[in-house]
Amino acid sequence: MATGIKDKVAIAGMGCSRFGERWDCSAEDLLVEAFNEALADAGIEHGRIGAAWYGSAMEKSVGNSAIPLSTALRLEGIPVSRVENMCATGTEALRGATYAVASGAVDIALAIGAEKLKDTGYGGLPVIGKGTLNDLWMPYGSAPAGFAQLAAGYRAKYRIDKKDLKHAIGRVSWKSHQNGAKNPKAHLRKAVELETILNAPMIAEPLGVFDCCGVSDGAACAIVTTPEIARSLGKKNLVMVKAIQLSASSGREQSTNQWDGSYVQNTRNAAKAAYAEAGIRNPRDELSALEVHDCFSITELVTMEDLGVSADGQAWRDVLEGVFDADGKIPCQIDGGLKCFGHPIGASGLRMVYEHYLQLQGRAGPRQLKNPQLGLSHNLGGVPYNGVCAISIVGLEGR
Amino acid sequence: MTAMPDVGIQSFGAYIPRRRIARSTIAAAHAWALPNLKGLAKGEKSFCGWDEDTITMAVEAGRDCLRGQTAASVSSLLLASTTAPYADLQNAVIVGSALRLAPTTSAIDLGGSTRAGLSALITACRSRDAQQLVVASEKRNAKPGSTQEMQYGSGAGALLVGEGSGLLARFLASESVSVPFVDHFRQSTEKFDYSWEERWIRDEGIAKIVPRAVKALLERIGRSSEQLAWFGLAGGPVGADKLVAKTLAIAPERILPDLQMQVGDTGAAHSLLLLIGALERAKAGDLIVVASFGQGCEIVAFEMLQPAAATGRRGLAGSVAKRFEETAYLKMLSFSGDIEIEWGMRAETDNKTALTTLYRASDQIYGFIGGRCESCGAVQFPRLATCVNCRTAHTQQPFALADEPAKLATFTADWLQYSPAPPMYMGLVQFDVGARLLMEIVDVGPAGIDVGTPLEMSFRIKEKDRLRHYDRYFWKAVPTS
Repeated sequence: MATGIKDKVAIAGMGCSRFGERWDCSAEDLLVEAFNEALADAGIEHGRIGAAWYGSAMEKSVGNSAIPLSTALRLEGIPVSRVENMCATGTEALRGATYAVASGAVDIALAIGAEKLKDTGYGGLPVIGKGTLNDLWMPYGSAPAGFAQLAAGYRAKYRIDKKDLKHAIGRVSWKSHQNGAKNPKAHLRKAVELETILNAPMIAEPLGVFDCCGVSDGAACAIVTTPEIARSLGKKNLVMVKAIQLSASSGREQSTNQWDGSYVQNTRNAAKAAYAEAGIRNPRDELSALEVHDCFSITELVTMEDLGVSADGQAWRDVLEGVFDADGKIPCQIDGGLKCFGHPIGASGLRMVYEHYLQLQGRAGPRQLKNPQLGLSHNLGGVPYNGVCAISIVGLEGR
Repeated sequence: MTAMPDVGIQSFGAYIPRRRIARSTIAAAHAWALPNLKGLAKGEKSFCGWDEDTITMAVEAGRDCLRGQTAASVSSLLLASTTAPYADLQNAVIVGSALRLAPTTSAIDLGGSTRAGLSALITACRSRDAQQLVVASEKRNAKPGSTQEMQYGSGAGALLVGEGSGLLARFLASESVSVPFVDHFRQSTEKFDYSWEERWIRDEGIAKIVPRAVKALLERIGRSSEQLAWFGLAGGPVGADKLVAKTLAIAPERILPDLQMQVGDTGAAHSLLLLIGALERAKAGDLIVVASFGQGCEIVAFEMLQPAAATGRRGLAGSVAKRFEETAYLKMLSFSGDIEIEWGMRAETDNKTALTTLYRASDQIYGFIGGRCESCGAVQFPRLATCVNCRTAHTQQPFALADEPAKLATFTADWLQYSPAPPMYMGLVQFDVGARLLMEIVDVGPAGIDVGTPLEMSFRIKEKDRLRHYDRYFWKAVPTS
């Protein structure tokens, strides 16, 4: 019987670059920015890193293989791997590094993710081929078009008026803009009126431009090790990995009639496994904060139900009641989320953990939450009916 | 000696693109330079969506014709067109694959003149080779500002030719005249026709060539022009049919509707569409003569035996009626490639087709044949090695989806992704038989779409390869209403 990853690995240090349109930076510059912060935070020498996992999703801007990372950080003579799993890439890097430490293969491992989207030449994400067979039949929809269909499915299932749902998803983005304004590393640092959000130009119905996250440059990094080594480095109030789980589509949602379009099955699968691994029974009461994959406002809304923090069909009401606001029951996207912190794909999963790490250590400045214990991060790659979901949970020792 | 069995038409089908543009809209766009076009600005014409071409329209007309028929018993497919996309690649083979004809079917492209539609029909009727599917299809381009732009439309007609009982109409005879009368022409590398003066075409060409040939044909079958129930003429200027009818003393009410007000002149497809118009109107015993002018003419005579039984066929009347109006002239120009719009970097995607993959999956891609799991019965697309429902490997039996009813399960209108016809509607299409796949939804009219909208399938261009010019074809969903 697998015992899971809970409390086997501690975070020794983390770093995160400023996200945004980093016109003057290369991917290497961003990697170094995040890495140097993490290294200083961990208080270790460069040479103590035993293995590295590098997450990047867009080969067009950062190149393939581990070499862009090993060159940028001048990693010599250690195993370095590149992982890619669409928007769940950052969490994949963390999973590799965490498992390596837990297995005893290395003492200290590096997980780092980066993306340089603003070197691709346009807004939104580049078009990526889906393989030579899928290219022959599958429509090339944009990312928002993939997620916008959740709105159609959700609305049809719960018989919610178009206007009411548009208002609720607008409220999701409004909240993240409120939060992002307080984060000096965020891409978008401006509060926006709800009216502006609701009346913005259409991207993929019903998603307007403010329902879509920022497309950003950035890098984020975690140095993980055993709790014993972390303590030997002088670390107190250790932030421990409680769970990392992943689920990928088998095709059931997009190829059978067994999915109604109103939720994301991968999130439900990964959440169930992660809660079991972390020993969480009631997520709405036990989780202190959420960093979810709000690539689009509707995604965040249905994710609240998929994570079990809202009842099915009720997330839109919870959103309107402010349950996920900074002063709500479970603050969500306290750092601004993908929406405002930004979404450099390979970095996003690690950026989410970075926020929990700061919050758990009481280092989150003006957006510090009161006494947080457990933080959940959630990444979605691909589209709701054909994708991957990665969930990681970090928390204080003894939680 | 026993008499040869009758040969004739067993079934028919048609397709006219739903998009129509008022001729007054075209004339208004050119009024600054060509005010006289206003004189032609009556009625409307059909034009192709960016994702429709001669091949896709031929498939749709062929499907309409084969409703209730057995596609596997078609022994040859003749595709007539002057606008087939490929010069070296049998266009008819793609059409036949989409129609799920047997691989042993003979497939032939015919072209060279707009009379090719009737030439193909005559060839089929004369050869008496089992069951033959004759399709004529034309995506007619014309230079902006030309009279052709006002007159030309797009569409396709299909006829199933066979022998024996159950014929709708019996082939009586044909007549051909071939003379170097060059009314219009287009070199194979050129985009647009070049036409000579209409009055010369009408008075020196049609008026002298067609009536003489019709008379010769009628004499040969022992009939007179007074006995004609239906007469149609394709390939001439507007009104040329009336001129010929007058010369032959054919009453005006016997002239088949020329489709000018609703569709326009559909080139090689036009003669077949006129004949289909006759088949939709004629009663048993009616004598039908259709002529197609072009470097001489082709003429056919049929005797109606029985009207077609209802098969859910769209036919010509149904195709003409299934329409929505486009009011943007520039949209028509953009769809035909006559204006280059700045679509941004997203349009730069390289759509290179792996021809190896395409051949392996050709029945899936062209024929829309998915799989049905022998173990659990789940119908699915694509047809992969392992069943999506029960995970058993190698249990997939071919299952055709093109004619299965479906509804919309999820959707969005995508304004971000490049599409030559924004927004790109896409969503999960749920077939009643259980299969589901992400599809593009096209020809969305003013009524829009929503979860539950009934859909039917239509063969279309999926993407164009602007570097190598091998276009991808696949199926898209269209609202049924």
